[in-house]
Amino acid sequence: MSGAPHPRGDARLLEFEIPNDVRHIERVVEEIRAECRRWRYDDRQLALNVPVALTEALSNAILRGNNDDRDKLVRVRAWIDTLQLVVEIMDQGAGFDLEACAADPTTPDRLLDEDGRGLYLMLRLMDQVERLESAGFNVVRMTLRRAS
Amino acid sequence: MSFTIAKQGDVSIVAIDGQLIVSNRQELKQKMLDELEGGARKILVDFSQTGYIDSSGLGVLVSLSKKIREQGGALRLAGLNEDLRTLFELTKLDTLFQISDTRAQALASF
Repeated sequence: MSGAPHPRGDARLLEFEIPNDVRHIERVVEEIRAECRRWRYDDRQLALNVPVALTEALSNAILRGNNDDRDKLVRVRAWIDTLQLVVEIMDQGAGFDLEACAADPTTPDRLLDEDGRGLYLMLRLMDQVERLESAGFNVVRMTLRRAS
Repeated sequence: MSFTIAKQGDVSIVAIDGQLIVSNRQELKQKMLDELEGGARKILVDFSQTGYIDSSGLGVLVSLSKKIREQGGALRLAGLNEDLRTLFELTKLDTLFQISDTRAQALASF
């Protein structure tokens, strides 16, 4: 797969494999958020950064990466410790150009668009967002440093 | 997510309980369009019981605001906590919507 993101030895690893259906997003988000809460992540990160960025990444994987194809799967791996949350979302799509898709949705000509804010929010709410190459899977890795 | 629609005078008040995200945004959109089709022209969305909102939820609100304006109506938002306000500020949608601290203030703003 994409290679481990060098978590600390005591990091908790959560893994999921879900059907390609947006109705499964909330359960994954809640389990990762609950684990972050156990590691005493900041209230703001628990209420905003973690759930919104995760929902966006999962939604992108299901609807765009896997093209809403119910025969495909999404895999998620999340490492959580006192320093950071690292989460990888893997879909079976062809991937995308992170730079090209990160157009600013706040400009006057785009403010009234219904779509186009997902990746922008991921980039604003996470410390790092990367797209990785992996055999058979498109991987988006997001890192959020735990606020002190 | 669950939501309730109540009437106060000529204002339809939509209260969202839980998350407004990609998996339930269409349900909210359809209910609000039904309100609009039923003649409602003043619509207030109360977020005081809302958890988080994703870009799909924000997009539905943008789309509805356009439709309501096209029908000569008005949309107000109220009850956003600090995290939800940050979301609107990050996306600059705080410049698009009229946002009040409380439901009472929003009602008075129509």
